[in-house]
Amino acid sequence: MDFVPQTEEELQRMLEEIGVRSFEEFLEEICPDLKCSPLNLPVFSSRPSESEGMSEPELQEHMRRLAARNVSLSARNSFLGAGAYDHFIPEVVSALSSRAEFYTAYTPYQPEASQGFLQAMFEYQTAICELTAMEVSNASLYDGASALAEGVLMALRTKGGRSRVLISSAVHPEYRTVLKTYLKGSAVRAEELPYEDGITALPELERLADDQTAAVVLQSPNFFGCIEDMERACQIAHARGSLFIAVVNPVSLGVLTAPGEYGADIALGDGQPLGNELSFGGPHLGFLACTESLMRKMPGRIVGMTEDADGERGFVLTLQTREQHIRREKATSNICTNHALNALRASIYLCCLGKEGIRRLAELNLQKSHYLFDRLGKVKGISPVFPSPFFNEFVVRCGVPLARLNNRLAKKGILGGVELGRWYPELKDCLLVCVTETRSKEQLDEFVAAFKEVL
Amino acid sequence: MSEPLIFEQSRPGRMAASLPKLDVPEKPLSEILPQKFLRKNPPHLPEVSEVQLVRHFTRLSQRNFCVDTHFYPLGSCTMKYNPKVNEKVASLDGFAHLHPYQPEEDAQGILQLMWEMEQCLREICGMSRFSLQPSAGAHGELLGMMLVRAYHQSKKRSPTRVIVPDTSHGTNPASAALSGFKVEVVSSRADGVIDPDSLAAAMNDDVAAVMTTNPNTLGLLEKEIRTIADIAHEHDALMYYDGANLNALMGICKPGEMGFDIVHLNLHKTFSTPHGGGGPGAGPVGVRENLAPFLPVPLVEKDGERYRLNYDLPRSVGKVRSFYGNISVVIKAYAYILALGSKGLARASRAAVINANYLLSRLKATFSAPYGERCMHEFVLSASNLKEHGIRALDIAKALIDKGFHPPTVYFPLTVPEAMMIEPTETETRETLDEFAAALVEIAQEARANPESLHQSPRRAFSRRLDEVKAAREPRLRWKPE
Repeated sequence: MDFVPQTEEELQRMLEEIGVRSFEEFLEEICPDLKCSPLNLPVFSSRPSESEGMSEPELQEHMRRLAARNVSLSARNSFLGAGAYDHFIPEVVSALSSRAEFYTAYTPYQPEASQGFLQAMFEYQTAICELTAMEVSNASLYDGASALAEGVLMALRTKGGRSRVLISSAVHPEYRTVLKTYLKGSAVRAEELPYEDGITALPELERLADDQTAAVVLQSPNFFGCIEDMERACQIAHARGSLFIAVVNPVSLGVLTAPGEYGADIALGDGQPLGNELSFGGPHLGFLACTESLMRKMPGRIVGMTEDADGERGFVLTLQTREQHIRREKATSNICTNHALNALRASIYLCCLGKEGIRRLAELNLQKSHYLFDRLGKVKGISPVFPSPFFNEFVVRCGVPLARLNNRLAKKGILGGVELGRWYPELKDCLLVCVTETRSKEQLDEFVAAFKEVL
Repeated sequence: MSEPLIFEQSRPGRMAASLPKLDVPEKPLSEILPQKFLRKNPPHLPEVSEVQLVRHFTRLSQRNFCVDTHFYPLGSCTMKYNPKVNEKVASLDGFAHLHPYQPEEDAQGILQLMWEMEQCLREICGMSRFSLQPSAGAHGELLGMMLVRAYHQSKKRSPTRVIVPDTSHGTNPASAALSGFKVEVVSSRADGVIDPDSLAAAMNDDVAAVMTTNPNTLGLLEKEIRTIADIAHEHDALMYYDGANLNALMGICKPGEMGFDIVHLNLHKTFSTPHGGGGPGAGPVGVRENLAPFLPVPLVEKDGERYRLNYDLPRSVGKVRSFYGNISVVIKAYAYILALGSKGLARASRAAVINANYLLSRLKATFSAPYGERCMHEFVLSASNLKEHGIRALDIAKALIDKGFHPPTVYFPLTVPEAMMIEPTETETRETLDEFAAALVEIAQEARANPESLHQSPRRAFSRRLDEVKAAREPRLRWKPE
């Protein structure tokens, strides 16, 4: 099955019409010494010889078998979060985003042939601005971690000459790793702020922030689920002339103060919680919004509203002089393909919830996680670690080796939370527990009962 | 007929979502969160019913050209058909509903798929190891440049320059600059390919890498690529392969055997995963053995019958994104490779090259074909022969929309005036190619007979010609109530 419509005879006739007798003769003509070794895909034990390729029924069967070797969250009572969240996705999101008119299009370079997608991206930008209370949004980046790296590079461009970045150690560890990886080629170093009681130690920020600091980065709710005093951190950053970058969970903004409300210059994060499948970590999307004054420093595609020759409203990719296909090595970013389809899903999801729905969803997460937190707190052997307010994730200390504990929970079909020792050695007996609206009271009670049993 | 914005359709109190009731005892919000953390002004998200939502986005979907409705010969983008079966298998619950931090025992199927995908890509490209982590081609380039830096640092060197040909994709210089390298451009020869002599003249020990694609963006094979690689390697500069054009080469040649050290692939091009209106794609990066220690964490390893994520790579550059990559895109590309097999992949490339040459043969008399009558999977025409009639490549693009075709890439590569870069792909029928050629010939005739009418195009599209200058001068990037 190769999806080539032409038969061999037709291909042969086309070759003759362009004036060669065979494809080999064609290759010989354009490059006599091109030849490489033949293509021989490996044969895996999981499937028969495939030099011919699989038929569709064979392929479907093979893929079903591979998928069945995974245990999906559908078969688990899961409390995993840590940057990827199991929220309910209304069918309408998949039904609309799986329309081939959307997913088989590409970047709308020819706006007159792509008004639908352009308008959808303009609506996405508007929804992100509303959610974050920021003035401008781009049309998506790859994920939250790379969005953070892009946000920091944007701050460095804006604050030319400043070479320090301060980032809280309570920002998602993978995000910090990605930022450091992106900064390796430059003289800029990201310095980490310690945490205390689960939130960033702001006195340390006071002490370290100086007139060489281009950006201060905090996440709220942070990696531990705790809510940071973003307003205070933002004031400290601004007092040194630094930009303040807020990493946020979009669902939390249904109840929590929005970055625009506390004065953030750049707000960004991972948009997966907004109607995107977990898919073992991707594709998700990064969102990035900023103040109007930073608009022209933004990375990525941006859609703008304009008029056509008849004066009718229409949409185009705009501010393209920032971009690689125009500016090449002087571009604000190298991004070409972004995550438009994931942004479309986020937009449909936000429209599905609406103004009231996003608040109710956030409150469900808040109430349910606090219910579990209170119940777990009564289990002997489990203790809360941080006193700070949290959204839908919290950290508990279990006082026993976690690998064994999680194994025993797994036998009961429970994924008990993410083990923190991998990134925070001082929290090696601590679990990060996440509760979304998808967990019923019954499942929460089952978790508590299971904990009592295995501890 | 324009479609109102979803925000304009909002009415207070409507909601499409059906949320579960709170089934735990409710605590007053004030007991949970201090007042200062509570949002003051709610976000004004649209308040609409489900049917409004469905009609709105269905109508928006209908206001687009896409591969499933239109021939889409956008050069360097490989807009081939996206097989439906791949969408289905990637959405299986066992793949879609997997959390990245689930225990490895829960993820043996997906880890096996990732490992097998790596083995397939190694064979297709002639490389030693692949990371599936990068999210797109440009993201792969960025990782590639990080690997270049790590390689030189491991040899206690810090060369500062990266050489790109003037025909390169814009992402190449942008990625090199983002990684802190100085970009140096070498001009192509009159026949459109890199001149080994110019490259040799530009080379010295301060060059970290040479970035190029093959076939290049003119659709021409870099015939002397092995000589070019030798010149680079003499100075211990690395050869970087931009895999955007790999659709020309499967089963014909392997980047590793052409002398490349690092490659990135675009799974959304060569391996048929849908472009999603601008993404998600995936940009796996492959390397020779000596560069494998620098790949990002984690890599997938196979121990006996068990698959695991390996974070123990002490010389790794780090990570370029969270988790492991755009996994559902990888699943679709894997399914495509299995469906085609070695023979099918080779046939796909062969048919892509034949289709492009056939289309070029139908058009070379109508437009100027600056680089002759042979190409690989794509070719570049110049519309400069119509300039005397006041017609530019942009006018031709807009006129094509009226004739029911997505336009080719225009004004790229930058080395060709009034460039039209056409990539038909292997999944198009000869009849479609004939119709497209006929449409272009007709437009060229119209350009001579009645140029003013072309300036008025498009007339039958979703909008008339849009004012991009106004959009950039008076940016309106979000909706606000009047």
